[in-house]
Amino acid sequence: MNEIGETSDLYEGAILEHDRHPRNRRAMVNCSHTARSENPACGDEVCVFLAIDDRGIIGDIAFGSKSCAIATASASLMTEVLAGKTPAQARILSDHFHAIATDGAEAPPDGMEVEIEQLATLSGLRNFPAREKCAMLPWETMLAALEGPKEGK
Amino acid sequence: MEAAYSGYGQLGAVERSLLEGCAAGENHSAPYDVEKVRTDFPILHRPVRGRPLVYLDTAASAQKPVQVMEAERSFYAEDYANVHRGLYFLSQRATECYDAARRKVQAFLNARYQHEIIFTRSATEAINLVAASFGEAFLKNGDEVVITGLEHHSNIVPWQLLRSKKGIVLKVAPLNDRGEVPLEDFKKLLSPRTRLAALAHVSNALGTVLPVTEMIRAAHSAGTKVLIDGSQSIVHLGANVRKLDCDFFVFSGHKLYGPTGIGVLYGKEALLEAMPPYQGGGDMIARVTFEETTFAPLPAKFEAGTPAIAQAVALGAATDYLIRLGLDRIYAHEARLLEYATSRLREIESLSIIGTAANKASVVSFVLDGAHPHDIAQVLDSRGIAIRAGHHCAQPVMTRFGVPATARASFGLYNTFDEVDVFAEAVKSVEALFQR
Repeated sequence: MNEIGETSDLYEGAILEHDRHPRNRRAMVNCSHTARSENPACGDEVCVFLAIDDRGIIGDIAFGSKSCAIATASASLMTEVLAGKTPAQARILSDHFHAIATDGAEAPPDGMEVEIEQLATLSGLRNFPAREKCAMLPWETMLAALEGPKEGK
Repeated sequence: MEAAYSGYGQLGAVERSLLEGCAAGENHSAPYDVEKVRTDFPILHRPVRGRPLVYLDTAASAQKPVQVMEAERSFYAEDYANVHRGLYFLSQRATECYDAARRKVQAFLNARYQHEIIFTRSATEAINLVAASFGEAFLKNGDEVVITGLEHHSNIVPWQLLRSKKGIVLKVAPLNDRGEVPLEDFKKLLSPRTRLAALAHVSNALGTVLPVTEMIRAAHSAGTKVLIDGSQSIVHLGANVRKLDCDFFVFSGHKLYGPTGIGVLYGKEALLEAMPPYQGGGDMIARVTFEETTFAPLPAKFEAGTPAIAQAVALGAATDYLIRLGLDRIYAHEARLLEYATSRLREIESLSIIGTAANKASVVSFVLDGAHPHDIAQVLDSRGIAIRAGHHCAQPVMTRFGVPATARASFGLYNTFDEVDVFAEAVKSVEALFQR
């Protein structure tokens, strides 16, 4: 990180906006996939709900959290970007978000330039390596939900 | 909450009485000059993020004065060799320095014998030593160990491991809403099967000072031995182990303005004599054959392997430093800082202080409506202010108060009232930033 921090920039942009008005922060009764994760370093919790339809599309995605602004904003943005995507696309976007939040080196995958641009609104995170875990917690929870047992079976 | 602090002033006297007869309790008539003290700490003059550093995380680890650094440097530069074995000049010199450090710690704790002082890697290792060795000698299936609801993980997990191994029963004295452990609730847990009470003197997460003198007396009446985790208390209240009459006392060097990698276990001679070694190896034996090994006398029995020699020497220098400043004067300074910080934080409407015990030491834990502790710490960091945010290795405390984490400011002998102002103003700006 820079010797002179850019914390105020971080909290003046997308993070604070999403933290104040999180999208899709709600429970989902009839989800097909769900998972809950905890950041052992701070005790923060995130759960993610996915409703994947017969065509294999994420028709609905929501989250719940007891977390810091960064994890909340990351989860909120994730739900915006992943609605309508396939699990395979969700995995690719997760990798790219990780790149954006850390070294930011990768080129956007074909056909997902819009989504990557949306995710890039959190690119200021790369100046705060201590918060990588906060930023990735919702995405890791989403990936765990994709891998995990389907609810209701 | 207002009433919680009303008795604060007089509590200093109670705690100060613990310092009587203890080396660190020497009287100093000159006023405490914090600006002069700060010149001993080079790191405090390092700018952070373009601003003067405001270090408010001394409860996690204290910064080091030049006297401690110099003790370690000059030991390596002039006196270093391995201890106990060499017949040559430097090995004897290093052994003398190491033994002198033990005597300094003995004096600092007012222990009866120097061999009651065992050097360990950390307070954590000291507790694990007691759990393993006292547990081996004195605890069997169904015996009870009592801890409190505000213990650091290092005074919870070793007992849980022992529970898995030996089938002991772990009992927890509960916290009230102010973050205190009521004495009566503690006494109720003591039974004829209670072999040990392992108690933090001061909570690292909340700053609560436990009434350990009364707790030790009650435990002893029930035939229960007592371990005091002094990691957070020794730096504020000193530790007079003979006055406390605790059976074990542990602390870590790095929280006492000393180096990392060194901790101390004090134990009463008779108990340490009756306990088996914790680790086997060099330095802890009298004679080894493949059929049988006889162990070295105390303290070597518990110090297998080459110890942290230079760190012990520097820890001795840290005790010299604190004695020179006067632990009673340091305590008075820190108590004023805490009182002032508490009143400044109370000005902030959406802020709640977690832990409002009548008797607190140098820690203020808090939460803000609408701003997560990590976000508070992050914004403060951009202004060069170092506070801690998280569960402070005391997750059960967080659970008790229904929060995932808190922000925590803690004060040391070098902090100033101006720093408290900078901190309070920064917290106010966080409140404004996250206002919904």
